[in-house]
Amino acid sequence: MPSTQPLSHDSAKAPATPYRLVLEASDGPPKIDLAELWHYRDLLYFLTRREISIRYKQTLLGLAWAVLQPLLSMVVFSLFLGRLAGVNGDGLPYPVFSYLGLLPWTYFANAMTRSSASLVGNANLLSKVYFPRLLIPLSATLSALVDFAIAFVVLLGLMAWYRIPLSVSVLWLVPLTLATAFLATGIGMGLAALNVQYRDVQHAIPFLMQLWMFATPVVYPVDTLPERWRFLLDLNPMTGLIEAYRAAPLGRPIDLGSLAVSAAVGLVLVAIGVWRFRRMEKIFADVV
Amino acid sequence: MSSEAMLRVTELSKRYRVGGPARLSNNLREALTERLRAPFRRAASREDEREFWALDGVSFDLSPGQVLGVIGKNGAGKSTLLKILSRITEPTRGRVELHGRVASLLEVGTGFHPELTGRENIYLNGTILGMRKREIDRKLDEIVAFSEVERFLDTPVKRYSSGMYVRLAFAVAAHLEPEILVVDEVLAVGDAEFQKKCLGKMGDIAEREGRTILFVSHNMGAVQRLCGTAILLRAGRLVAAGETREVVSRYLAGEDRPGYSATVRTGKPQLLRAELKDPQGAPVTRALSTEPFQVHLDYTVPQPAPGLRVGIGLLTLEGVAVFTSESRDAGLTAPVEAGEYTARVAIPGDVLMAGDFHLAVCLWNQAEILDLQEPALTLSVDPGPSPLYAESAARKGLVHIPCAWEVESHA
Repeated sequence: MPSTQPLSHDSAKAPATPYRLVLEASDGPPKIDLAELWHYRDLLYFLTRREISIRYKQTLLGLAWAVLQPLLSMVVFSLFLGRLAGVNGDGLPYPVFSYLGLLPWTYFANAMTRSSASLVGNANLLSKVYFPRLLIPLSATLSALVDFAIAFVVLLGLMAWYRIPLSVSVLWLVPLTLATAFLATGIGMGLAALNVQYRDVQHAIPFLMQLWMFATPVVYPVDTLPERWRFLLDLNPMTGLIEAYRAAPLGRPIDLGSLAVSAAVGLVLVAIGVWRFRRMEKIFADVV
Repeated sequence: MSSEAMLRVTELSKRYRVGGPARLSNNLREALTERLRAPFRRAASREDEREFWALDGVSFDLSPGQVLGVIGKNGAGKSTLLKILSRITEPTRGRVELHGRVASLLEVGTGFHPELTGRENIYLNGTILGMRKREIDRKLDEIVAFSEVERFLDTPVKRYSSGMYVRLAFAVAAHLEPEILVVDEVLAVGDAEFQKKCLGKMGDIAEREGRTILFVSHNMGAVQRLCGTAILLRAGRLVAAGETREVVSRYLAGEDRPGYSATVRTGKPQLLRAELKDPQGAPVTRALSTEPFQVHLDYTVPQPAPGLRVGIGLLTLEGVAVFTSESRDAGLTAPVEAGEYTARVAIPGDVLMAGDFHLAVCLWNQAEILDLQEPALTLSVDPGPSPLYAESAARKGLVHIPCAWEVESHA
């Protein structure tokens, strides 16, 4: 329960009683209280820190796992797709091409997997104390950002190795990463809520992520697909993001049209996710 | 206290459905087919679900500085009330008006992670309870001093003893500065001395700082020490309110006599009632360490239940099992035919040391736990006339083992 919650809205009208909160059955569309979220920013920080510091506790390699995940995938795909199947790297050395896709994809997959498991994983916490529940999936996606940052350094090394110059438009990666985090959190929230009721979800997610990865041009270029089927790829919100991700550090033009379609589909998915989450939030303690 | 109440509860009600929205056991496929069959019907509405009101039209006010005890036996609605006040769940009807910030302690050390150090856990737990980082920075020294774990501040709490863990956890909670504090009997954990310190701190808070406290406990001693007024809940309804002494004596005398009784029928073999009795069969709430006492368990077996087993466990308030016992230990196989039964378990005298204990009751078979009530009831064992307590009532230990002693002289 907040001990120093920001003043409620009617405080302006009644300065004598600065704090007033009414608890009753709520109907209607769920709202997100941004002021309250802001008040709890320290908690978000500590929850995220907890996620980070316990993730690699009792592991031999520790944070090296953050590098190994995309790096080993890159090696495997370079070997099987790049060498054996001869998939082209869209004018790039295949290892660089696939790492540029695997880097944001690994982040997206980790963030989504973690946030969708977060509600059930923190059930004890959620049934004992009130705080904005949104912080739980949010801290899951934020904690995955640390792994992402470490893996990003490897990208720079890889590009230097292949003597590929880094373009200024690499700065695009900042909004692109934020968008990826946003998408992962939104969908992860919806799945987290669903997971509370049906634990089937946590079994389905590894498959879902695997299928989704192959439905996204992560390890193959878009033009592998015949022209008339490409619109299907665009409906996948990760397509525009991954494509832009790949273009930005190299200074290639970003396909804004594809990005816009991705953004639109992504927003719809996030809206559904948040809505499911907020509905679950109310009955969470009674269900879990 | 009408207009300046800190907390006003009006006609508060909470309905739970048995087999209702808590349909965790149902799988996704079932839910999907049901949706497809009736796409426009709310998935939760079902004929066969039974509902019960965990809280039913409860109203009371708390004025600033008031310390209110909430008593009632298990299932009376105490925890539901706490959950609503803590914003963990919403009421079905009625409302709560809060005119101050609330901190609720339903558990000490919520969010504590064993791998994190004491310091990290102070910050995590503190922010979970609603504190800001700089507020914790400011109070850190005080928190650490209160917890008495200075030397282990940077040690992962998994290396802490349970006493240290609880002290640290409570120290954080004790330094919250809400205007209304809602406390579950979590404070019953920890050693007696620390308990006193906690209760003392709570008393201080209420007296000196005029903080409003709502205290839920089975410990009548603590309720009487701390609370000026109390309310008694029975089956979700408020049945008595007033001065603590009167409400407590009503609780101890009436049908609210501490003991377990089931509120809903699950359709499985189930404990209906658990009671503490003296060797003559008269109901009691306390036992004497030197005297035997009995536990009477009324249970039902709705359908024949092959392999049914019945057992009890005596636990410390921290949840450490002192002993467990089942009928088979005494060479008795519990009947498996449908029917209602009473099991009488005699616990010999001179075995338990004085202290407070939880009694857990379990019905199970090889495949699953059919009913587990933990705790079904709480009992206090008072020091009996024994040399053990000749000097002090605070003798350490949970059980009394008569050891043989010899001392030889080497001279």
